[in-house]
Amino acid sequence: MAESIVMIALSPTMQDGVIAEWIAEEGQAVKPGDALCEVETDKATMPYESPVSGTVLKIVKAAGQTAAVGEIIAVLGKPGEDWAAVIAGATPVAERPAAGPSAGVTSTEASFPALGPIEPTVAAPAAPPLSAPPAAPRASTASAPSSPAGASPSSPAGIPPSSPLARRLARDGSVDLRTLRGSGPHGRVVARDIMAAAGKDTVNADAPKSAAPGGASIGMASRGLRDERVPLSRMRSIIAKRLGDSYSEAPHFFVRAAIDMERLLELRAAVNEGRDKPIGLNAFVMKLTAAALERHPLVNASWEGDAIRYRPAADIGLAVSLDAGLITPVVRACERKGVEDIDAELADMVARARSGALKPEEYADASFTVSNLGQYGVEEFTAIINPPGSAILTLGAVSKEAVVRGDAIVARRTMRVTLSSDHRVIDGAVAAAFVAELKALLEEPALALV
Amino acid sequence: MDTEYDVAVIGAGPGGYVAAIRAAQLGLKACVIEKDRPGGVCLNVGCIPSKSLIHAAGLVGDAEGLRALGAVVDLSGLDYSRAFAASRKAAERLSKGVQFLLKKNGVDYRTGAARFASAREVSIEGSEPIRAKAFIIATGSRPRELPAFPFDEKAVLTSTGALMLKAVPKRAVILGAGAIGMELGYVWNMFGSDVTIVEAMDRILPIEDADAAAVVRKAFEARGVRFVTGALATGMERSGDGLRVLLQTAGNREPLSPLEADALLVAVGRVPNSSGLGLEELGVRVERGFIEVGDFYETSAAGVYAIGDVVATPLLAHVASKEGEISAERIASLVKGSKPPVERRVDLSTVPSAVYCDPELASFGLSAEKAAATGVAHAVYSFPYRGVGKAVAVEKPEGFAKIVHDPATGEILGAVVVGDRATDVIHELLLARKAELTVDDVADMMHAHPTIAEAVMEAAKGSLGRAVHA
Repeated sequence: MAESIVMIALSPTMQDGVIAEWIAEEGQAVKPGDALCEVETDKATMPYESPVSGTVLKIVKAAGQTAAVGEIIAVLGKPGEDWAAVIAGATPVAERPAAGPSAGVTSTEASFPALGPIEPTVAAPAAPPLSAPPAAPRASTASAPSSPAGASPSSPAGIPPSSPLARRLARDGSVDLRTLRGSGPHGRVVARDIMAAAGKDTVNADAPKSAAPGGASIGMASRGLRDERVPLSRMRSIIAKRLGDSYSEAPHFFVRAAIDMERLLELRAAVNEGRDKPIGLNAFVMKLTAAALERHPLVNASWEGDAIRYRPAADIGLAVSLDAGLITPVVRACERKGVEDIDAELADMVARARSGALKPEEYADASFTVSNLGQYGVEEFTAIINPPGSAILTLGAVSKEAVVRGDAIVARRTMRVTLSSDHRVIDGAVAAAFVAELKALLEEPALALV
Repeated sequence: MDTEYDVAVIGAGPGGYVAAIRAAQLGLKACVIEKDRPGGVCLNVGCIPSKSLIHAAGLVGDAEGLRALGAVVDLSGLDYSRAFAASRKAAERLSKGVQFLLKKNGVDYRTGAARFASAREVSIEGSEPIRAKAFIIATGSRPRELPAFPFDEKAVLTSTGALMLKAVPKRAVILGAGAIGMELGYVWNMFGSDVTIVEAMDRILPIEDADAAAVVRKAFEARGVRFVTGALATGMERSGDGLRVLLQTAGNREPLSPLEADALLVAVGRVPNSSGLGLEELGVRVERGFIEVGDFYETSAAGVYAIGDVVATPLLAHVASKEGEISAERIASLVKGSKPPVERRVDLSTVPSAVYCDPELASFGLSAEKAAATGVAHAVYSFPYRGVGKAVAVEKPEGFAKIVHDPATGEILGAVVVGDRATDVIHELLLARKAELTVDDVADMMHAHPTIAEAVMEAAKGSLGRAVHA
């Protein structure tokens, strides 16, 4: 019997997803594990792999449309079966023996179903536009990614009109067309709206890649500033929610230290000698942080409302800024890895984060987070805790400071760190002891061997 | 007449009169102040009369086509002064048309030179001062003079003087192979002048696509126009009734043989009319003569706007008109609360440039050369007129349509068309860029057969690797 394919939570925080592109076409036979479509979640674009075999009878959610978790996106079955009946008689989502988890999406999201609030969706707006002749299912709106220009600019239900170029830009970007209010004629979404939503600079449309013929353009008083309302991108809204919740729910307190970096920098120089690709300072800090966490396990914990969960491994996230926001790839079990492995994992994940290809399980569920704004030259700063961890460590710039050694004032390369802790989980003395341990380890890395 | 306005526009050229009419359409009480004639350079001594003369030159050129059909065409009696008279008639008619449009829209018209007394008041030579909530400076530009060639409008001409000639010079030297020099060179050549065009850069139409400029050069040379490129005119001597123009190579300054001429047209650019307006006292910033503006063309003095040739955007009538609309809409949004303009500035990548000679040349956006120089991801495809049935049928097979696009998105980054009707068919590609259509859209749109516009379609198809007639 034909069965419906519903949107599943492809990431822990996902409540809905946008169909970026259909890979399978109507009429095409698929096996379990074949990619049906690309789904754009709050943080990444991921393939949705078929959980069953069958023929794609009907694509219910066309490319560009959004489906809530649990909403029907397609119907699979034997050729000729009545897909309309499946949609009409769709059982409430909660009763369905979840269509996923799909093969490409591993264990993590299976443990997160609760986080993607499942709304029993009432009648997914029956079949798409009735104007599309049933005999030509491929003619349904915007269902042909190969000819984006064919998509009607006055699409149905909630999709604003958009220019062909805007649709192309949205196809691979992290922008949901539906969330945009177009600034073009008659509210048409145009390229600048996509660029603005993706966080790319479009202050002046004058210079789309070109220095136009003969024309120096001039800006003055208001150069760079603009009067504009930019709708939230999906990433921006998730950042807003998570950090807003964290800052209002977790009582933050801060413990600071100035760390003498001479020994660690010498050690790093020695390790990097002769290496083609030097190991970054972050990897050393994460490794020594893991050592400090092993000695102060109370800091490596999560608040669970009626319990505190102590975590068995130092899964350390590193805040990475992207054009569109930020993301924290997590290096699992840093206490068991060497700096080389940590550095390699970081490099790989950061590169993939920038191209939008980081998997949810790679940036979720850190037990502790490190944020480094040193490259901007800031001395020190405080950060908001990244749940489910209970503490985040910030690193300022390494710079020479005058310090007293013995009775003399000497110049030492120094880094200022600040630990933000959730007081529900970590008491002041615990945080202080952890920071003191970390300071000792960073100042004399050999202690980590003890 | 009133002396209190919502907006007063200084200059009634294609920037100023359009700004004033747009302001009036939006319910603003508007006036326009002009010291010369309504319509500005464009209508009176620029675009319009030159197009009339170019049309006449085209008719002369058609004589060859008739001869090819066996007709005996006798051009004796060909009288340039009649072409001149027709050009004046066209200019006067349109200048009157501007007056009519201003009146129809309720825009007051004042004659006289304006000078700012404050950011809210201007004095007008020979009449009462007026006050306004906002001003738009649209005073335009004038031909640039070279120190070695002071204008006398007899032997050494500006474009204005050239357009006012009642007979073509027997031997003409034109300094500058830009649009103005090429257009007047074309007219004079068709009416029998011996024309030499001198250009300092190493090629003609230096801001245009090099391949397209080469097509134009070849056609001109076939008609007997001579070009001296990479050369600087350094001075002149009187020689009999005429002039001797001295030249050097642009690079190492070696002397070239001088050119004898009855008239010298200096068409090496234009300079903005920004002095004498009292801008210094207002605190309006001026850089090399151009008034500096920010968003919506507002100057550093609040409420004072500047548009057109007097600001450092391309010196083109259509740019001035668009800037006039943007500034008028901005002022209306502040005074009346109407909808502000969507664009804060003209998008320079959608500014068309056009050279109206035979063959025509039109372009916009990123050229292939600039794309290559800036390292922007791009692909270029050029489709020749030879593959266009209509072009062959009407015996105009020289030319091409070239599209620069972004292969990742299909975005049209720029285009150039050279050949028959180029200045008309460019607009399809320009609309495509403006509306954010991709090359696919242009390639897949059916074009009537046979038309010159098929060159555009084929260029779009070629960009996608599927031109049919290539």
